Amino acid sequence: MMKVVLQNVTKIFPAKGRSSQGTVAAKDLAFEIPDGELIALLGPSGCGKSTTLNLICGLQKPTSGRIFFGDDDVTDLPPENRGVGLVFQNYALYPHLSVMDNIIFPLGNLRGKDRMSKSEMHEKAHEIAKLVQIDELMDRKPAELSGGQQQRVAIARALVKMPKVLLLDEPLSNLDARLRLQTREEIKRIQRETGITTVFVTHDQDEAMSISDRIIVMKAGVVQQIGKPQEVYDSPANLFVANFLGTPPINVFSAEIKGGSLYIGEDCVLKTESARDGEVWAAIRPEGFVLCEDGPFCCSFGGLEVMGRDISVVSSNENSVNPTVRSIISAENKVDLSSKTVRFSLKPNKVFLFDKKTEERIAFGC
Amino acid sequence: MEQKSAKGWLYLIPAILFLGAFMVYPLIDVFVYSFEEGYNSASQTFFGTGVYNYSYILHDPYFLQAVKNTFILVIATVPLSTLIALGISYGLSSIKPLRELYQTVFFLPYVTNTLAVGLVFMILFRKTPYTDGLVNLILGKFGVSPIDFIDGPYWAKMLVLCFYTIWVVLPFKILILTSALASVSEEYYSAAKIDGTRPFRIFRKITLPMISPMLFYLIITGFIGAFKAYSDAVALFGTNLNAAEMNTIVGYVYDMLYGDSGGYPSYASAAAIVLFAIVLTITCINLMISKKHVHY
Repeated sequence: MMKVVLQNVTKIFPAKGRSSQGTVAAKDLAFEIPDGELIALLGPSGCGKSTTLNLICGLQKPTSGRIFFGDDDVTDLPPENRGVGLVFQNYALYPHLSVMDNIIFPLGNLRGKDRMSKSEMHEKAHEIAKLVQIDELMDRKPAELSGGQQQRVAIARALVKMPKVLLLDEPLSNLDARLRLQTREEIKRIQRETGITTVFVTHDQDEAMSISDRIIVMKAGVVQQIGKPQEVYDSPANLFVANFLGTPPINVFSAEIKGGSLYIGEDCVLKTESARDGEVWAAIRPEGFVLCEDGPFCCSFGGLEVMGRDISVVSSNENSVNPTVRSIISAENKVDLSSKTVRFSLKPNKVFLFDKKTEERIAFGC
Repeated sequence: MEQKSAKGWLYLIPAILFLGAFMVYPLIDVFVYSFEEGYNSASQTFFGTGVYNYSYILHDPYFLQAVKNTFILVIATVPLSTLIALGISYGLSSIKPLRELYQTVFFLPYVTNTLAVGLVFMILFRKTPYTDGLVNLILGKFGVSPIDFIDGPYWAKMLVLCFYTIWVVLPFKILILTSALASVSEEYYSAAKIDGTRPFRIFRKITLPMISPMLFYLIITGFIGAFKAYSDAVALFGTNLNAAEMNTIVGYVYDMLYGDSGGYPSYASAAAIVLFAIVLTITCINLMISKKHVHY
């Protein structure tokens, strides 16, 4: 049980060709993962999240910067001396070994005073197997297990030597939708029961939001924002984070601030108190729209998508960056299907403004 | 279903016809000849049937010599060449720079003509009135008196034959094992490394089991190939292998058919059937063992 600290960690992969420059996979990472928390490293593919995981577990060495587990500097330690457990994306279960032998494999590496007898190993393995609920499958080979079961075996193998830090690389990407939902609850439960500091990598914001205590959003090797899932969702630091989190995705409009009001096209949609005049990106969460007959924001009506509890109004606006504007309203609302336009008023706390150039968040005092 | 299987048989007809005409029929024929005494292929006649042919070859010192030679060759070369190939391939897959160059170098013997290689070996090992040969020159530096490896004592000739055989079969084994090693996913090694597995344990517990199917394939085909050895001995010792005491079972079959003492298809057939029985038995044993130890 241990906090993990990264101090200005940079990883540059050397150039392959003669002309090309090295690839910066992680740039100046500086953050602290508190003891016993479940952290999600979130970002699109190629953003350096797996590299960050490899740096923490020691499979890759940082080009510069230091990594600490608790107070110990582990930067120069090889992976086996760091006390980490890693669950691979494809699980990497040894296909020729039974579930039991897979789980006790790490224990067989212990030497000296840590050396265990066969029966101790088996006891330990059964204990862990119970925790991840695979104790009835101990004699099977990995090929005889379902994806979800293999996942559990991989977690058991990573946990059996009681690592200080548990790392999961895209743990759910090989599972089908239903299993994914179930397994992420399972990972949360296992993490809570063991209390091990856990870092997992994902590109699925849903996954990250639902189970992690804290999210680290990355883009192109740079950390964009760190925070509790709800915080990051409610208060994105920049346009990228706002875009990346949330389903359906946030609606981005090209907008302008004039005389203390926010204009999208001709429509004066919101009062802004403290923002300076100028062109901005206005991003509105789908749930930030309120259907309102005399609302200030007018869009061309495209259709309805009924999702049971909610309905999603699909419309379009010429200032929208995306071809469609998607808003979610309660199913109790009545929508006139014959109408050509649809009018909304906006919830100010669901509207974010970003600088046109830097794409950083602009506060507007609501 | 009916129609589907009829179609299946239709597709199989060419293969069945060819295999039947050129494999199954001759095999049965050989089996029959081996029981026909004094069969003459020109006149298609024989005096009688029975096991006399088998009795004859089993009492023929040349045949017994050939069996002995073949077994020594098999037992010495198959395990040794597989082990050496494994060592070389493991080394090859562990190094990065110039790997392709080394791979090419190790594969060269495979594309070189057997007889040409035999000639090189003769130059290396042969002792003539004019020169002792390169190997003897080197051995001489260590105070070993010159040995005639080609026309000398039995053990020296056998040593050269085994050495030559190993050298000839190595490239193929290295090729197969390097690709088998390359197909073991890097993730397994990463996983093992994170768990602090020592290199020897990784090799024994992960690498070896993962490549075991290929390893057993090589051992089985190696056994079969070594039992059928003939051209290697000819390349080194010429066609009169009986005189050189270096004959193999296949060589004996050939001699009985076409050699100077040839013209005995019945004896040749009996010897071929004995070889077939030996190879079949060894292969079955191999397969049984591999079932126990191969994990896929």
